[in-house]
Amino acid sequence: MDSVRSDRDRRERRLDPGLALKILVAGGFGVGKTTLVGSVSEIRPLRTEERLTEAGVGVDDIGGVEAKTTTTVAMDFGRITIRENLSLYLFGTPGQDRFWFLWDELASGALGAVVLVDTRRLQDCFPAVDFFEHRRLPFMVAVNCFPGARVYSPDDVRSALDLDGDIPVVLCDARERESGKEVLVALVEHARRMHLALRAPG
Amino acid sequence: MSDAFHLWYDDEAGPVVRPYAMTGGRTQAAGPDFDLIALVVADSAPEDDPTLPHGHAAVLEVLQEEPLSVAEIAAELDLPVGVVRVLLGDLLDAAHIRVSRPVPPSRLPDERVLREVIDGLRAL
Repeated sequence: MDSVRSDRDRRERRLDPGLALKILVAGGFGVGKTTLVGSVSEIRPLRTEERLTEAGVGVDDIGGVEAKTTTTVAMDFGRITIRENLSLYLFGTPGQDRFWFLWDELASGALGAVVLVDTRRLQDCFPAVDFFEHRRLPFMVAVNCFPGARVYSPDDVRSALDLDGDIPVVLCDARERESGKEVLVALVEHARRMHLALRAPG
Repeated sequence: MSDAFHLWYDDEAGPVVRPYAMTGGRTQAAGPDFDLIALVVADSAPEDDPTLPHGHAAVLEVLQEEPLSVAEIAAELDLPVGVVRVLLGDLLDAAHIRVSRPVPPSRLPDERVLREVIDGLRAL
C-alpha cells in the first residue's frame, strides 16, 4: 500500500498543473508575429487550428461558396516556463480581420498584448490597437525593425498611432531572442503598472 | 452536411476519418469550456481503459509525460481545438483527467506573480 500511496503522491506533485498566463502577439500579416513567438519560446512554435463553423462563416467573404463550407484558422503559439508551475504562453493572433471572434477568446484572461508594427505598413496594426484599447487590455507597441526599412524613433511611431503617453513603444528585432525578451519584460512591467494603478484607492 | 462530407473524400483530403468523426459529430464539449491555456493532467494511462476510442486514447497518451495546455494537445495531435475540447469533455466525465482553471478574465494575477514573471523573463 505504501508504494501505491507514494506513487500517488509523486503523481500528484508532478501533475499539479500550476498557473498559466497568456500573452498575445498581434499585428498585420507578415509583420513577424511567428518569428517573435519562436525567438523567445522554449518549444518550437506550435500551430493549432480551429475549424470555423457558422460563427465565422457569416462574416467570411466566401462569395459563391455554399454557407456550410468550413475553413480553418491557424494560431501559432509558444511557451516559456518561468518556474515549475508557472508558464507563460504566447499566442500569435490570426492576422485576418474576419477572425475577430477568435481574438475575443484569445484576449479573455490574457495578461497583455504586444502589437508588432512594420513602419512601412503602419496601418496594418490599427485594428489590433483599436481592439486592445477597446478591451482595456494592457498592450504595447513593438516596432519590428526590418533590414532596409527606414528607422523611426519610438516617439514618431507613438504620435503616428496617436497612442496614450503611458503605452510603451519600443524598437525590436523579432528574430533576436534578447530583443524579444526585452519586449516581453516591457509588456509585463506595463501590465503590472496598470494593475497597481487600478488597485490604488481613488 | 452529407454532401459536404462526401466532398472531403479525395486524395488531398488527408485522413479518411474526419476530425469530428472522433467526436461522434459533436462540436460542443459536454463539460466546462476548456480555455486554450487550461492545463490538463492525466489521471489514467490509455492502457488502463482498453475500451477508450482511439482519439481519446491519443489525448491521454500525449499527457503521460507532463501536463499540457489545451492548445498544446491540439498542436501535438494535429487536431482542431474544437475536436480536442470534445474529447477532453468525455475524458473529464470519465475522471481520466483533471483540468486547471486558468486565471479568470475578471481577476488579475497578483503582484507577486507579475514580479516573478518579469524576473523570470530577464533571467532566461
